[in-house]
Amino acid sequence: MAAITPDLVAAHQLTPAEYEKIVSLLGREPSYTELGIFSVMWSEHCSYKSSRLHLKKLPTKGKYVLQGPGENAGIIDIGDGYAIAFKIESHNHPSFIEPFQGAATGVGGILRDIFTMGARPIAVMDSLRFGALDGPENGGRNARIAEGVVAGIAHYGNCFGVPTVGGECVFDACYNGNPLVNVFALGVFQKDKIFYGTAKGVGNPVIYVGAKTGRDGIHGASMASAEFTEESKQKRPNVQVGDPFLEKLLLEACLEAMQTGAIVGIQDMGAAGLTSSSCEMGSRAGTGVEIDMRYVPQRETGMTPYEILLSESQERMLLVADKGREDEVFRVFKKWGLDAVEIGTVTDTGRLVVKNHGEIVADIPNKAIAHEAPLYDRPHNVAPYRTAPMESPHFSSSDLNRDLEALVSSADLCSKEWIWQQYDYMVRTNTVEGPGGDAAIVRIKETGSSIAMSLDGNGRYCSLSPREGAKLIVAECCRNLSTVGAVPVATTNNLNFGNPERPGIMAQLVEAVEGLGEACAFFDVPITGGNVSLYNETLGEAIFPTPVVGIIGLMKTGAPVTVDFKNPGRAVVLLGGVGPSDETHFGGTQYAKQILHSLWGLPPALDMDYEKRVQSAVREMVNSGLAESAHDLSDGGLAVALVESSAKIGARIDLDSDLRPELLLFHEGPSRVLISTADVAKLQEIARKYGVEALEAGVTMEERVVIRNRDTPLIDCDIVRLQSARNSALGRMLHGR
Amino acid sequence: MFPMKFGVIVFPGSNCDHDAWYAVARILGEKADFIWHDAPRLGDVDAVILPGGFSYGDYLRCGAIARFSPVMSAVKKFAAYGGLVLGICNGFQILVESGLLPGALLRNRGLKFVCKPLELRLETSDSPFSALGHKGQIVRMPIAHGEGCYHADDRTLDELEAEDRVVFRYVDNPNGSARDIAGILNRERNVMGLMPHPERASESLMGSSDGLVVLQSMISTYAVK
Repeated sequence: MAAITPDLVAAHQLTPAEYEKIVSLLGREPSYTELGIFSVMWSEHCSYKSSRLHLKKLPTKGKYVLQGPGENAGIIDIGDGYAIAFKIESHNHPSFIEPFQGAATGVGGILRDIFTMGARPIAVMDSLRFGALDGPENGGRNARIAEGVVAGIAHYGNCFGVPTVGGECVFDACYNGNPLVNVFALGVFQKDKIFYGTAKGVGNPVIYVGAKTGRDGIHGASMASAEFTEESKQKRPNVQVGDPFLEKLLLEACLEAMQTGAIVGIQDMGAAGLTSSSCEMGSRAGTGVEIDMRYVPQRETGMTPYEILLSESQERMLLVADKGREDEVFRVFKKWGLDAVEIGTVTDTGRLVVKNHGEIVADIPNKAIAHEAPLYDRPHNVAPYRTAPMESPHFSSSDLNRDLEALVSSADLCSKEWIWQQYDYMVRTNTVEGPGGDAAIVRIKETGSSIAMSLDGNGRYCSLSPREGAKLIVAECCRNLSTVGAVPVATTNNLNFGNPERPGIMAQLVEAVEGLGEACAFFDVPITGGNVSLYNETLGEAIFPTPVVGIIGLMKTGAPVTVDFKNPGRAVVLLGGVGPSDETHFGGTQYAKQILHSLWGLPPALDMDYEKRVQSAVREMVNSGLAESAHDLSDGGLAVALVESSAKIGARIDLDSDLRPELLLFHEGPSRVLISTADVAKLQEIARKYGVEALEAGVTMEERVVIRNRDTPLIDCDIVRLQSARNSALGRMLHGR
Repeated sequence: MFPMKFGVIVFPGSNCDHDAWYAVARILGEKADFIWHDAPRLGDVDAVILPGGFSYGDYLRCGAIARFSPVMSAVKKFAAYGGLVLGICNGFQILVESGLLPGALLRNRGLKFVCKPLELRLETSDSPFSALGHKGQIVRMPIAHGEGCYHADDRTLDELEAEDRVVFRYVDNPNGSARDIAGILNRERNVMGLMPHPERASESLMGSSDGLVVLQSMISTYAVK
């Protein structure tokens, strides 16, 4: 057995102080295997040691919340005896090293988080960030990463049989060395049939089910807790390989085994594999767990206990069954052709005892690993790191029509159909509204209600002000849901940041968390869980601070009100009005990015109270059947939203504003929704009730989008031309290289 | 009138089994049972649906392993006695691998999985799967597959056409299928393979109910018997 040297400790990414803490918790030097266990469980990825202190500030309670953070997923009561489990998780680091498998196993991991609680996954969404496609140096590589990630998500989700119903995708040079793959999943179950990862009942058997253990993914969690360097590509063996077919069998077998009533607790083996599942289950129940490595199904020979414990092989679960009823569980797994092996028992010692052929190789108090991880209050008493100037550059458009066409065919704003057409977004026949809308809608067959869901994140805004950016993200996500008629009820979040040991980055994280907390409390969408991904840096270059939120909303099942205009001759109403803007608040926009290639100033100003009233108003307009179409304004502002609504029918808009044309057309002020209606008067009545503006801005018509301000023509474009530019852009950018 | 009884075969990796069940049992109010892949017999079913999905993970080749499952012997026997067999998507792939239908399904021309609603032209109403439709009718159903490019030699294709065995064609071919073929019959006309998903187009809430023409034709054929 290897001697524990300072070098070995450092190689496990543990600091000398952390090592001292291990020694004092154990009252002795750890064994090599124990060192490995601590290194993964105390990694940033598993322990949240840099963020935990601040995550406590987030609101987590609400009338719909059945389960907040700390479990495999958050749970929301949707009424009629049913509940929803949902969560988002990142697989950023593996997806850079091996895009296809990295993304595929990201999907697999979050799906297990959902069905380990007893819920059947019914929807997946993805929030993706890639490097710029047009960079001369990295464009080709970034395109390959994007293609690989999309193919990986498609491969896993399609085969597993869960629809990928939406998401978002942004390209920016700041993600050149650190693409982000955040996967959201949602499942449904009866609310009295929730399963938890707990090892209750001393003497109960501990059963390993699913795929055999191999050497893949060892130290994946530690890899995800460090910056990338030139050597990171050598970490490819740390990336796991997924098998969605096996996961599908595991899903069906687990749900069927849960029906027997013989399962006491169950937890998936995700990051840190067998180690985290066994000690967390024991720790939650206040029990001990004793397992012997000799019984663990292995796909390679000669694996050491260290390797078996730290393997992140996919499609595995650990469960505790009622003693005497093991056979009921074994029978189900046999039917599905899966391994199910008793590898140990629940004890009353409160310790994780790992044996190898009877010989003890690790003996650690469960609580020490799972709950006494280091907690850092990392320095953050500086301004959040930013590189952008505050002052606006001088700019003046020479051709607004050309600007608009360039915007709608830019990588960020173009149609993402090239991506989502590769996803089966309809399997399970619940998809009322799929990708491409403001929010996805999935009906629940059992209840007559539907779940709307949306993912949002805007790194540009957050790089200018992490606090205001985070609030804007929550506001937009809730607006997305309100625009399809849903009431936002709960949030999951994925915090993607750089190296927290740098105070400027830590300050970004703290500000963003506080902004997130404030907005989630205000909009009454408590946070029920999520994930933190730090060290998204390569060679000292950090990504934009990129918090991603996923919010779900509840609504009655019915035909959706979609983004696109349906009929010519309808009034076009700009709910929320033109909104205020100025040069300072224009520097985070897509116009600044795509047309001016610049970033400055502050994100758009948000009035949360006004925003909330706009959301209430649009919900009522949509649900009362008055709105024929509804589309919230976000990236690209009014002109881009107008193009997005003009799939087949265009519109003519006449404005009366003091704003200069670039700002009027493209500013990204929140709290605005574009609606077409046959009854303006009734719409305005609703708007008055909520004290918000409903500006009658124009009329829908065939063929063109026209925008004028005080009789000055600003935009006049053919919609066929714009749509074809918008639809073909991404494929061309990925393949035209 | 007694309800018709459908048997929906469940292979490990089937994932449209429940959708097919929901369409016939809940939307159309017929009876439907799931039949596990190692069942030696089908029981008293009046028609069989081989649903979409990734049977046996689509390892080796789509449908290549499923053809060896015990239930497929029963399905073959059922078909030989004239029973109605509908293979949807992966089910179509299994039917060609099993030799119940001619040809093969290759990777899509674009080499990518494609999921989208599209238009099909109903080419013949002379089948139990399209009797309620009319020749030339345009129906909307979604596709969702990576390997749906129908391929057969010219003689087989000529034969399919001469015998009026092409039931559906793509209006705008999404995958490179020979002669735009989306769905075909066996010579006896009681087995159909179809790449698009009628069960996903069985209620307007899902965007289209045009797929009902397939399922309702099967039911009407049964009622006539």
